Amino acid sequence: MATAESELRRRGALPHPDVGKYSDVNRDVLKVLSRPGKGWWILFSIALAGVGIFFLSWFTQIVRGIGVSGLNAPVGWGVYITTFVFWVGIAHSGTLISAILFLFRAPWRQSIYRAAEAMTVFAVMTAGLFPLIHVGRVWHAYWLVPYPNSRFLWPNFRSPLVWDVFAVTTYFTVSAVFFYLGTIPDLAAARDQARGLRKKFYQVTALGWRGTDREWHHFSKAYIYLAALATPLVLSVHSVVSWDFAMSIVPGWHTTIFAPYFVAGAIFSGVAMVITLAVPMRKFFGLEAYLTVKHFEAMAKLCLLTATIVLYAYLTEYFLAWYSGEPPERGSFWNRAFGSYWWANWIMLTCNGLVPLMLWFKRVRRSIAALFVISIFINIGMWFERFVIIVTSLSHEYEPWAWGLYRPSVVEMGILLGSFCWFGFWFLLFTRLLPPVAIAEMKEVIPPPMRGVKEAS
Amino acid sequence: MTSGRQGFFALFEHLDSTVEACKALRAKGHKGFRAYAPLPEHHLLEEGLGLTRSPVRVFTLAGGLTGAATGFAFTSWTSVDWPLITGGKPILSIPAYVVIAFEMTILFGALATVIGLFINSRLPNFSPMVAYHPECSNGSFGIYVAAPAAQANEVRDILEGFEPAELREDPEGFDV
Repeated sequence: MATAESELRRRGALPHPDVGKYSDVNRDVLKVLSRPGKGWWILFSIALAGVGIFFLSWFTQIVRGIGVSGLNAPVGWGVYITTFVFWVGIAHSGTLISAILFLFRAPWRQSIYRAAEAMTVFAVMTAGLFPLIHVGRVWHAYWLVPYPNSRFLWPNFRSPLVWDVFAVTTYFTVSAVFFYLGTIPDLAAARDQARGLRKKFYQVTALGWRGTDREWHHFSKAYIYLAALATPLVLSVHSVVSWDFAMSIVPGWHTTIFAPYFVAGAIFSGVAMVITLAVPMRKFFGLEAYLTVKHFEAMAKLCLLTATIVLYAYLTEYFLAWYSGEPPERGSFWNRAFGSYWWANWIMLTCNGLVPLMLWFKRVRRSIAALFVISIFINIGMWFERFVIIVTSLSHEYEPWAWGLYRPSVVEMGILLGSFCWFGFWFLLFTRLLPPVAIAEMKEVIPPPMRGVKEAS
Repeated sequence: MTSGRQGFFALFEHLDSTVEACKALRAKGHKGFRAYAPLPEHHLLEEGLGLTRSPVRVFTLAGGLTGAATGFAFTSWTSVDWPLITGGKPILSIPAYVVIAFEMTILFGALATVIGLFINSRLPNFSPMVAYHPECSNGSFGIYVAAPAAQANEVRDILEGFEPAELREDPEGFDV
């Protein structure tokens, strides 16, 4: 026992003092899948109503045309692209926690990674809708797919927008596969305890997993390779998203720091969203023994690290705008801070730059309530960051006569609000159908049952 | 039709007895047995069963290389197929195509890994769950041996020696 425990410590596992046996994990996690409580139904109804608003707004836009949005010259990219980048960014921390921390052997990820990975898949599902909404005539959305059109012209592979199609679809496919594969052993665990219709569901989805040595052997190897593929992927996706902007010559967009700046921001916002989701999940489902304060502290440190990088990027942007000596560049950043959208900029700087500085204090990092509040601030701040980058830059390019303002319409706000509900809808379904904590992987960080054959002999 | 073999399913509560039982079985020359675990326990896989390398990695490599080749070939071919200068860039703008090739490498590599996993671990497997115990996804370990009739007693003795929580015998032993 002692050796097994010290080995886990050495590998950096956080202690779960209230989880004793393997079967405790099954009991506590599978309990979550039983009958949903009142609170869940209330949240689910709200989410459903929001999904209704989402599709109603989109339907309005389809029927009446893209004119119902506030998009026009010069601001052709508005809330839709902002929200697209926001959700793609949210997705990133899920892959970070599931793949990158896996490769770095950081076993504190074990209890949180399933929820984070689910968040990734649903966030990409949400983000993926926004290009379709943004193109206006959604029935022509298949033009994004590379195929020769009626004049045998292929898409322009030099365009970052085409790269983005490849990056986001690859990201969705790979993260969905990674998520599902990791869930298979836990679906088998659910299958072995379920009854009736649920048993049928898990029987099919678990693919007949039995936990044999052959299955585990290839599974654990395949998992390493997938993690090794997902790691560069996650860094590439937001880099490609950033190049949607950086490859153009718009002042405020055309910088080389965009890729690392966007990746850090994505992970920052994603970790914040994981905290936002994990706090209520832990409370409602009684998972305190699994998601301990130390896990939240570890996530808070990740938040602090990325917050620092993001703040540094903000300051670098201002410095370079001044140092470049370019009047349009300087004007763009002056406009950001003191122009018509000054409020968006200061919301961004406050929420992403100042509020996370509180995480330097250990007491804040160890307070679940404080972390929850800070994570909400970061979520808001990161949405505004994209709004600032996209809208203020477009509204204030080179020619003063071409400057203009953009105001989101009701339809756009309905779609923005609805996207959160669409995401919540999937996440709520997830907490009822799939084990929200990785059962098999949790068992890796608790001491295995030993009879003590060796010690006795 | 009988297989002429005797099946044994032993359920163990402890990891070390499972590992030792696997070692004892292998020491006696038994090969075609399966161990069951609720987690990827590397002691069991490596020490108990001597599993180290998995052919899945070949699938990953082949998939990744196919993806990279496809990405470069596709972008280059479509550019040459209708040469159209955009943005003053060369017709074959290789640096730009790296992005597409990179994403295709990851996509094909990941999908090939999954295919490799499914082929090697024989999933999906919807045959009746005979040699299985639901406790194996919960807190226990298991071993299933299909031994020729002549060795049935030896296998029974080995398994019983490690005090299984449950030992089921199956007159129709089969490969799992």
